[in-house]
Amino acid sequence: MSTRAFAELDKGQTIGTRTVTFSRADLIRYAAASGDHNPIHWNERFAAEVGLDGVIAHGMLTMGSAVDLVSDWAGDPGAVVDYQTRFTRPVPVPDAAAGPPEEATATLEVTGTVGRLDEQAQTARIDLTVELLQGGQRTRVLAKSQAVVVLTQR
Amino acid sequence: MSINTERQGHTYASTAAYQVSREAVRDFAAAVKAQHPAHYDVDAAADLGYRDLLAPPTFAVVIAQRAEAAAVNDPQAGIDFSRVVHTEERFTHQEPITAADTLQAQTTLERIRVMGAGAMVTTVTDIRTVEGSPRATVTSSLLVRADDATDDAEEQT
Repeated sequence: MSTRAFAELDKGQTIGTRTVTFSRADLIRYAAASGDHNPIHWNERFAAEVGLDGVIAHGMLTMGSAVDLVSDWAGDPGAVVDYQTRFTRPVPVPDAAAGPPEEATATLEVTGTVGRLDEQAQTARIDLTVELLQGGQRTRVLAKSQAVVVLTQR
Repeated sequence: MSINTERQGHTYASTAAYQVSREAVRDFAAAVKAQHPAHYDVDAAADLGYRDLLAPPTFAVVIAQRAEAAAVNDPQAGIDFSRVVHTEERFTHQEPITAADTLQAQTTLERIRVMGAGAMVTTVTDIRTVEGSPRATVTSSLLVRADDATDDAEEQT
């Protein structure tokens, strides 16, 4: 259960912002840890053959890394009892032009706000905004990204 | 290959038991850049009341995708995996997953909605311990793009 108290929250308040970066090495790591070895996440030629502009991040990597803001805020990742999202835009992760494959080539900004408070259930719904920052542009890559957190009753 | 709406509602056999190891939890947590110590340190997990390392909120996908493969690879469902785009995902946790859990997953082809020459396929996967204690329900939606469709399919998500 979260260390946050229900009574101290207001709808619309922000829980913070975090930047998450991805490199080609991150995609390989996620493929290995998740068992999702779809080549669109590591092979440029294959990605192009299925109509993509290049290798893209696993949607589940974006979803999985975005929720850590909520886990930290809640104080207990196990307090996140429900988490959903829609994948609206791909996150391209190009090969770094030089240097090690650990070089980050995609940057996401994650912001969370309290979207709904359920007094009876003592839960807060955190709405996440996840944007790809690229060449001065911001592109939302997830939609309806919502995490429900069980809060301490005080 | 074309999608077979008759397969809607079909439930596939449970997967073989999956034993959640501490290493799997740590590797997954590192892969999604999760920072909370309860994913890495047994004492930190115990401080929050967990019996072992706590899996991150999306860890269930590891087990769910193994079960969903039964639907995706089902010749009678007719899903062309090379044309699949992941459009939605939802995790509902009945109890947090921790290391030392031994889990089984069972997928149901919940909905097949034909959209033009493509289709939207939604699977619901029930994850519970081999003793029968529920852990998570994972809902996943896939868009199966039509052979000649390009970007218009994406806009419908």
